Amino acid sequence: MEPLMAVAIGILYATAIFMMLRRSIVKLVIGLILLSNAANLLIFTTAGMTRGAPPLIPEGMSRPLGAIADPLPQAVVLTAIVIAFGVLAFSVVLVRRAYEIVKAEDMDKMKDTDT
Amino acid sequence: MNPEVALPILVPLFSGAVSLLFWRSRPMQRFIAVTGNLALLIVSLWLFVSTHQLGYITLQMGDWPAPFGITLVADMLSAVMILLTAIIGLSMGIYSLATTAQGHEKFGYYPLLHLMLAGVAGAFLTGDIFNLYVWFEVMLVASFALLILGGERAQMEGAIKYVTMNLLASVIFLTAIGLLYGMVGTLNMADIALRLDMAEHQGMVEVLAVMFMVAFGIKAAAFPLFFWLPASYHTPPVAVSALFAGLLTKVGVYALFRVFTLMFDQSMGYLQDIMLWGAALTMVTGVLGAAAQYEFRRILSFHIVSQIGYMLLGLALYTPLAIAGGVLAIAHNIVVKTNLFLISGITHRLQGTHQLKKMGGLYRERPWLAVAFFISAFSLAGFPPLSGFFAKFVLVRAGIEAGAYAVTAVALAVGLMTLYSMVKVWNEVFWKTLPEDNCILQEPAPAGDDGRLVKPSLWLMYLPVVVLALGSVLIGIFAEPVMRVMETIGEQLMNPTDYIRAVLGENADGGISLLEAEVQEGSGP
Repeated sequence: MEPLMAVAIGILYATAIFMMLRRSIVKLVIGLILLSNAANLLIFTTAGMTRGAPPLIPEGMSRPLGAIADPLPQAVVLTAIVIAFGVLAFSVVLVRRAYEIVKAEDMDKMKDTDT
Repeated sequence: MNPEVALPILVPLFSGAVSLLFWRSRPMQRFIAVTGNLALLIVSLWLFVSTHQLGYITLQMGDWPAPFGITLVADMLSAVMILLTAIIGLSMGIYSLATTAQGHEKFGYYPLLHLMLAGVAGAFLTGDIFNLYVWFEVMLVASFALLILGGERAQMEGAIKYVTMNLLASVIFLTAIGLLYGMVGTLNMADIALRLDMAEHQGMVEVLAVMFMVAFGIKAAAFPLFFWLPASYHTPPVAVSALFAGLLTKVGVYALFRVFTLMFDQSMGYLQDIMLWGAALTMVTGVLGAAAQYEFRRILSFHIVSQIGYMLLGLALYTPLAIAGGVLAIAHNIVVKTNLFLISGITHRLQGTHQLKKMGGLYRERPWLAVAFFISAFSLAGFPPLSGFFAKFVLVRAGIEAGAYAVTAVALAVGLMTLYSMVKVWNEVFWKTLPEDNCILQEPAPAGDDGRLVKPSLWLMYLPVVVLALGSVLIGIFAEPVMRVMETIGEQLMNPTDYIRAVLGENADGGISLLEAEVQEGSGP
């Protein structure tokens, strides 16, 4: 399972970077979406794809029995998803407003502030 | 229990929440902006004093022992950074009263300000690498919203670059955290530091170190990843620019200091040359960019970049003295750079433009403003006895001791170039006579609640400027006690064992023996 995930994540990263390098601001946002999903999947995969029980400790014991799924990356990835979603919502709104104000979706037309 | 560790985060969060409650009441929001930031300054002083006495203060969230729960930890570096954050926060609170347009206040300017301060404080205090990411995002989301308040064309263009680059940096950071967790199976920075030393694949550790360096390098605007900064920092309202200039890039620098002295201290030798030349090129490109500009805030934005180089130089030389100098450069720069941006706001209010060519005659008109600018600008260029001189002096001495003559020479030359562009600003804004084509106060000054002009409240803008200029002088006059604090920081950062022991407590030894047991069983985390 892990090699398959690794390839999928790699493709996601590559596609995301490719999309971000285009000049269109819509493609920029799509790139950002793919990029954050790639990072989330990567965190999810790093703990190993164990087919285990939930990490519950039976009564009277000090550690769980048998193979368990690592709970920490799941907690981490949940937080990361929430953050990524919030930031993406912001950037979608930003791109919309920028399009309304600049009246162009070409990044090359947004160079007024560059020096 | 050490509540003072959590208070610098909780106080701005609380004042932000309260000012959200008073969404419709502008006077109340303004009142909370000042009192809340005053409270933040008080708790920061408390934290500073008790950190100074105890060395390290830790607080385990939810009472979970260290490697499992989230740890808040304050050492001298965190305490100093928090104290500076609070000072800048309070100055901004006061300055914003006079400068913020009514429309911005209605769109939640003050709650965002509090939230951003909470994010910055959280990033300085956390001892958990994923938590650092979370606080970075808290800070960034607030800064995104502050950056586009008002929604002018330049702001939108600047914001797209700022948002994209920062999100990219965050994703690189997050990826590195994921890979790090896959290697060592822990997120606590002290615990990571223990386990990375014994990691099997040292090559992978170096890859991770580079990923962290790139991620924080983007956020800190180091060469060659700085170009988003001069494109966006001069677009928002002046108070926001000043806050960004003072604090945000320094959070990236702080993260570099923390990560490379604590977690990757083994792979530092490998990366030292990259960082050293990165620092030198940051200084040179920043100052050359500034020399080419004729817009007040763009010059200042490029100077942020060049000053970041000095801080990185402190980290790259990697001796206790150099680290002390680097941190002193951060402290000095937070005070001085914020002040220069605030002064640019006052000159804009007085003359209605940021273009140097159209300004002039302010020395005759406002001599005390000229003095405040003179102090800040010459402090930035490194004149004795101002704060910048000591930062540079310590760095240069550390550079010579470390034998990095070329980079030290670059640092000295960049000081001269800084002086050149500051003299340019001085000549254009304060010295020459006001040119014909300047129309003073073309746009009417923002009206207050009762329709009166806010012009009489100019003293609210002067107050933080004078205090910060005085701060720069005081750092210079009391250089010895300040330097003693910085030397403590240098010692603490170069000896991460104490930090690890302070965070993990008795688990530090347990962690090591547990790790050895795991290695013997042949089942790594």
